[in-house]
Amino acid sequence: MGRFHRHDDGTVHEHEHEHEHDDKHGDHSAYETGPERIMVLERIFDENDRAAENNRSQLDAHAVVGVNLMSSPGAGKTALLERTLAHFDGRRRVGVVEGDIETSIDADRLAGYGAQISLLNTGDGFGGECHLDAPMVAKALVDLDLAALDLLLVENVGNLVCPAEFEVGTHVSAMVYAITEGEEKPLKYPVMFRSVDVVLVNKMDLLPHLDFDMALFEANLARVNPKAKVIRVSARTGEGVDAWFAWLEAQSACT
Amino acid sequence: MHELSLCNAIREVVGRAAAGRPVDTVHLRVGKFRQVVPETLCYCWELVTATSPLAGSTLAIDHVDISLRCAACTAETTPQGPLALVCTTCGSGDVSILTGEEFLVTSLELKES
Repeated sequence: MGRFHRHDDGTVHEHEHEHEHDDKHGDHSAYETGPERIMVLERIFDENDRAAENNRSQLDAHAVVGVNLMSSPGAGKTALLERTLAHFDGRRRVGVVEGDIETSIDADRLAGYGAQISLLNTGDGFGGECHLDAPMVAKALVDLDLAALDLLLVENVGNLVCPAEFEVGTHVSAMVYAITEGEEKPLKYPVMFRSVDVVLVNKMDLLPHLDFDMALFEANLARVNPKAKVIRVSARTGEGVDAWFAWLEAQSACT
Repeated sequence: MHELSLCNAIREVVGRAAAGRPVDTVHLRVGKFRQVVPETLCYCWELVTATSPLAGSTLAIDHVDISLRCAACTAETTPQGPLALVCTTCGSGDVSILTGEEFLVTSLELKES
């Protein structure tokens, strides 16, 4: 329990009391001043979320559908993006925000499919940021001609923890999950799995070589996100990717 | 590293609120759903504030348990174990999260001058 007062600059402070409140309790003017306390009550993601909202407004102004694509490293996001860009080349105008810690290797792989690509190297932090945040994506949007786009795919940094915490300002979120990652990851990373609208279960061509139990994976996923749509694909062979393209088309139709 | 990103975000909030005044303790409210390891968060706080006016300040974390409301049986429960988002009364997975997602800076204690 403390005592609040407002300063001229608008901040509100609370001073700790050094006595109990159950006794009679007269004039407060003589209370003992302990360390000064500033009440803040600010959500740590507020600033990011405001930037995300601003990104989404920019996309809306140009009728662009934004998709945040997340996964662990090596699950096949870039391979899937290659197929996606090849499919939509000439049909839909696609832009890509490519988040990568240090290199342009992924952006180079995606060149040549007629898409606008904006590379975001996130290597400025301590050893590289492990996710994209909304202010970073805002910078990437500056490099894109949004008026000439229908669809924006944001390839997040490969990581199952941080990207789930930082909204980037897309309309929907998708996740690429490789069956080589095992069945239990939805339970270990519930924040990530809860944050997505669709899970692309990738590397299905490897199924005969693995002990992967698809029913168990889907049951685990349903425990943390019963609403997530599951699409089984192989980015390598192209198996199942038409359902992913159809899902993307459906998102465009919704907005 | 997750906690490092979070500390950078915390530093922004604290720097704005402190407005140059010397900070002793930063009080946080963190839901258990945030997957924050307290020791790691405190260590990262030292790293990200080391060369700033916030150097020497510490984090005090108030943890908030996860509580769920079940859409099927309307029970409000706290799951045992961090993973299962399942009603512990009837076993339904159709639950909404009441608490456990908090992540805020609640207050700052200033250094006595």
